[in-house]
Amino acid sequence: MQVNDSKNFEPVIAAFCCNWCSYAGADLSGTNRLSYPTNVKIIRVPCSCRVNPMFILRAFQRGADGVIICGCHPGDCHYTSGNYFTRRRITLLYSMLDFLGIERNRTRLEWVSAAEGAKFASVMEQFTEDVRKLGPNRRLEDLRCRKK
Amino acid sequence: MQEKMKQRAKELLADGTVNRVMGWKKGEFGYDTTPAVFRSAEEIDKYFVCDDFTNSNLSKLLVKESKKDGVILAFLKPCDTYSFNQLLKEHRIDREKVYIIGIPGGPKLDAEIIKSKGITGITGVKNVNYTLVIDTIYGEEKMPFYEAVSVKCKSCKSKKHVIYDELIGDDGDILESDRFDEVEKLENMTSRERFDFWQRELSKCIRCNACKNVCPACTCEKCVFDNPKSGIENKAVSDSFEEKLFHIIRAFHVAGRCTDCGECSRVCPQNIPLHLLNRKFIKDINSLYGEYQAGADLDTKNPLTDYSTDDCEPSIVHERGVE
Ligand code: SF4
Ligand code: SF4
Ligand code: SF4
Ligand code: FES
Repeated sequence: MQVNDSKNFEPVIAAFCCNWCSYAGADLSGTNRLSYPTNVKIIRVPCSCRVNPMFILRAFQRGADGVIICGCHPGDCHYTSGNYFTRRRITLLYSMLDFLGIERNRTRLEWVSAAEGAKFASVMEQFTEDVRKLGPNRRLEDLRCRKK
Repeated sequence: MQEKMKQRAKELLADGTVNRVMGWKKGEFGYDTTPAVFRSAEEIDKYFVCDDFTNSNLSKLLVKESKKDGVILAFLKPCDTYSFNQLLKEHRIDREKVYIIGIPGGPKLDAEIIKSKGITGITGVKNVNYTLVIDTIYGEEKMPFYEAVSVKCKSCKSKKHVIYDELIGDDGDILESDRFDEVEKLENMTSRERFDFWQRELSKCIRCNACKNVCPACTCEKCVFDNPKSGIENKAVSDSFEEKLFHIIRAFHVAGRCTDCGECSRVCPQNIPLHLLNRKFIKDINSLYGEYQAGADLDTKNPLTDYSTDDCEPSIVHERGVE
């Protein structure tokens, strides 16, 4: 288990959100004045299945402590089946990261629809907390990218 | 066996069925046989070999060869036929341009294992009733045949040819193999132990690219790692992050297409157990999406380009608990 480097550790969370559901869900949570942690940096993608495994690794490299992917609920993908492919791919990738000894709770996938502003906020709240408990990402970081 | 192969190759060349033959030729030391293309009976007589060291999988080379004029004859071991099938499935090989003769598989030997026992200056290796008699410039050495068997053959998955035009020798069966045992061992370690294990292994990588260049699933005209901006095209500047990036992405790109032919681990000059990464994906695919063997046939859909509406969620990974 990782020990926190500093008491006031604020994790950086990279959230890949699909344009049609989750990004709109994030927007809704904003317009409803629900707050979610400022730790979360949203990256908009056209569909959850646009997320290449390389994006996830690069996010960790460039300073993310946790990576979450959000997409439309299965069956609701704007492109019909994109998220079904996402689901298989990401399951295998997360399992591989686990196999390499990267902490399980640094990765997540959640389905958030455009109407689920409150779910978006609570998912982000929860995930940020989980990552905070793990401490800074050390196992999949690039020393050259570490902020002083 | 070798004589039968040579004879058949010469016949097929003579009757015009093929205009080239792909097999193996002896390298500088006898144990370093390499793939080679022969164009005449004379060349075959002089250089063709098929022995305990002809490990190389010829399938990938047929991607280029099948684009040339005329039909080429290729000798494929059972494991190589899986790779061939997978390449056919991906439309990488022109089937009409290849005449396949299936030959029995190994167990083949790995000269690196012999050398790792401290035996150097090897000039020749003979198999006498499953004892290897090794001639070296310092004298004769002996070791049990089985000890020098290459890693991939030790956990052979099948002696059956999944595609061929004709066979020399008998066809075998699909085997019960213990190939996932080591993966399981790692799975049962703690996350920290796994991390340390891989950190140790992957930091040996010199980014020679041999694993990717030899892999029959890695046939992209332009590979992601060829990009000089990727920061991972050479070892000199790398951080341990890049080692992980390279290995995760390489293994991921071949997930669902890797036939577990074992070539990547065999050629790695640093002896990194790459097969464990590939097999982890195969094991996960088998358990989550149903048994699947890449290259076994031409019709079954690749599990990563397929889906079912009731697939499990990635949270299945997190449900293994927090460590
Ligand atoms: S990844 Fe290794 S075992 Fe799999 S097909 Fe490529 S060379 Fe063969
Ligand atoms: S590593 Fe990926 S991109 Fe490169 S050749 Fe292999 S499959 Fe293609
Ligand atoms: S063959 Fe081995 S050393 Fe070379 S790039 Fe692959 S893993 Fe690294
Ligand atoms: S468009 Fe939202 S997951 Fe495909």
